[in-house]
Amino acid sequence: MNLQPVPFLEVERISKRFPGVKALSEVSLAVGVGESIAVIGENGAGKSTLMKILAGIQQPDSGTIRIDGKPVEIRGVPAAQRLGIALIHQELNLCDNLSIGANIFLGREPRQFGWISQSEINAQSRKYLEQVGLDVDPRTLLAELSIGQQQLVEIAKALSCNARLLIMDEPTSSLSAREVERLFSVIQSLRESGVSIVYISHRLSEVHQVCDRVVALRDGQNSGGLSREEITHDNMVRLMVGRDLDQFYARQSLTPGDVVLAAKGLRTRDNPTHAINFQLRSGEIVGLAGLVGAGRTELLEALFGVQPAVAGTIEVAGRTASIRSARDAIAHEIFLVPEDRKLQGLVLPMDVGQNTSLPGLHRLSYFSWIDSRSEQKLADDMVKRMRVKTPSTRQIIQYLSGGNQQKVVIAKWLAMNPKVLLLDEPTRGIDVGAKHEIYELMEELARRGVAILFVSSEMEEVLGMADRVLVMHEGALSGELTRAQLSEEAVMTLATGQQMKTI
Amino acid sequence: MLKNIVLFLLIFAIFGVTSAISPTFASGYNLDIMARWTGLYGIMAIGAAFVIIAGGIDLSMGSMVALVGVQFGILINDQQMNPYAAMILVLIGASLIGLGYGLLITKLKLQPFVVTLCGLLVLRSLARFLAHDDKISNFVQPEGGTDISYLTGMDFCWIPLPLWMLAAVGIVSALVLNKTTFGRYLKALGNNEQAARYSGINTDLITIAAYMICAFLAGVSAILFAIDLNSVGPNEAGTFYELYAIAAAVLGGCSLRGGTGSILGVLLGTAILRELYQAIETLQFSELEGTVIGLVILAGVIADEIIRRVVDARRRRQEKGVPAEVPAKSS
Repeated sequence: MNLQPVPFLEVERISKRFPGVKALSEVSLAVGVGESIAVIGENGAGKSTLMKILAGIQQPDSGTIRIDGKPVEIRGVPAAQRLGIALIHQELNLCDNLSIGANIFLGREPRQFGWISQSEINAQSRKYLEQVGLDVDPRTLLAELSIGQQQLVEIAKALSCNARLLIMDEPTSSLSAREVERLFSVIQSLRESGVSIVYISHRLSEVHQVCDRVVALRDGQNSGGLSREEITHDNMVRLMVGRDLDQFYARQSLTPGDVVLAAKGLRTRDNPTHAINFQLRSGEIVGLAGLVGAGRTELLEALFGVQPAVAGTIEVAGRTASIRSARDAIAHEIFLVPEDRKLQGLVLPMDVGQNTSLPGLHRLSYFSWIDSRSEQKLADDMVKRMRVKTPSTRQIIQYLSGGNQQKVVIAKWLAMNPKVLLLDEPTRGIDVGAKHEIYELMEELARRGVAILFVSSEMEEVLGMADRVLVMHEGALSGELTRAQLSEEAVMTLATGQQMKTI
Repeated sequence: MLKNIVLFLLIFAIFGVTSAISPTFASGYNLDIMARWTGLYGIMAIGAAFVIIAGGIDLSMGSMVALVGVQFGILINDQQMNPYAAMILVLIGASLIGLGYGLLITKLKLQPFVVTLCGLLVLRSLARFLAHDDKISNFVQPEGGTDISYLTGMDFCWIPLPLWMLAAVGIVSALVLNKTTFGRYLKALGNNEQAARYSGINTDLITIAAYMICAFLAGVSAILFAIDLNSVGPNEAGTFYELYAIAAAVLGGCSLRGGTGSILGVLLGTAILRELYQAIETLQFSELEGTVIGLVILAGVIADEIIRRVVDARRRRQEKGVPAEVPAKSS
């Protein structure tokens, strides 16, 4: 009776635990031959863990994986390759000092009498390059290709391993609009030849364009699926966030106060050709949107002085401030919660208390002698106030979950009464609960008159939290949207460098 | 802590074994040498520890010992300078060299290894140049001058003065490292320079200070070495001492990745190295000295790594038992 073909891949009730976090809990998934499904979910929902398990990078704690109906164990990346599964990472794994052909056959070079057969590499590579629609000589150095072309090389490499399932993790995050179109047509032709696709993206319009079906994850669990007809923005957001947006984001706009921070003709070191002008008022939450690489982080780092601006002025409360280092910014009560908390925000082997007190330690010491009682009190207060889930303030910070680590990074600055708080991707890689707490905190700080400027790549976050949105495109401020003008389309239009149509 | 206890026990074990084989090892004369030289090396090793904790390295300490020693002797012998004034002068000079390293490393962003490697070559050859490639001797009790031999030769409460000095330097250093903002910043920057800078710490200043402390302490031990031997050969003095200092720091728990290290560990590490050296001399197989010391350090580092993994694994297992984080209630 059951005439349905066996799906290429079936994942059944997979679970995976990491210290402090349950990354996946009984997640199931199936992909048919030539089918394209989207896996959506917020950061920390478990998407990347699931993909790593499929690609053999991590092993599940329990559950079964079947390929062509037969249970398999994917132990290691080579095993995944043999089974026909290839993962195309967000960051490409290619050597740009080698030729295209050498990259495609890296580790599997065809040989003749023990020597690498260059002619064989070239001939084979041409075949695969043709399949992905890339008309370039395989002897070309990879470095000479654009990012979009490099990505196609990566796909060609996967095809050369006889990949039957391509997992693409945010493949369009650094592509131009034309490159995206090209990628989509390649995906289409691959599907016609029977290759299955698992597509991970935050860009909901792409999901609609490329995928037959949507599988949503939330907090490491299946939170539902959508058939092709059901794929709408609202449906996807509901599955990802688990509640309606207006409930999740508590933002109530207030009348902003005086201008506390102003950038006039500011030119960052990375994008010196564009002068940036904007103002930030006290009690205001301003979003800084744009594609990856648009120069948002560079702008925050210029304001915080870690990458000092090369020209222009920064005014704090109406007075010109010379900000050449983080210390200068801190002296003006401008604080940054950086993008990479492990690299820039925390000293991982130090404990919660020591991390919390680090920027303000001089205030807790007499002639540089640390008053350990005040330090302890500060740590206790902050852990309580930020609701950091930790056994004690003596816990080494690297053993906390991402959300709790992020709370500590924020706590560092909270103790020092911020005037301006710059947040770079404040909720990246943390669970929904902690996320919500961070939104509430931003809300509370704004009420107390702190000016907040936050960078976010999550559209929902930008739409939900910002009173006003500045959009960047290729190093320049391409526009500003008030709350009334705010929509996903408007932000994307500005972020991709197109002119706003008059509304 | 466990590590320090093990090191402590090791000191007794080496002592017991060696003196059982060769009773002269436990003689007063031998003990006195060991105590004095532990003091001298230890002061230098603490200097190395500061730089290593800051995530750097100083390869020039041995050459520094030669240069400072030579200059110290010349000032007393040729310039007829008061030895205490000479000490202050050479210590200022040593600190300035440390300042130079620090500036090159922080302001020009050069690699510490390269900068101090050049220092190793330059300082050694400067020492030879100043001394005309000849030994400088007899400056401790110059005729009609001040006798300073007591600084390394005298005992106080049956313990040689250098060991007391080491104790003083050690206690001050341990307090600085653990109780002051400087120490905290040093550890933070040694582990994660970027996070320290993003926290508003003047990382350049702290790094420069670490190199200055290191050079200063190398200078102190150079003076004491010179006094103890009453002779400095610009070619021989201090050769490989930087490696002993680094070895002692590593054996005592400093990671060359920066950020960790305890002064007590460094002191115990130094004591073990000196004791091993003496034991090897006593047992008369000094050609194998490098082999023994090298293998002991290697064993120490391997044991450390294994302990770290076991502790890590245990922690992970413990956390598996704890229920996953409770998601906060939705609003």
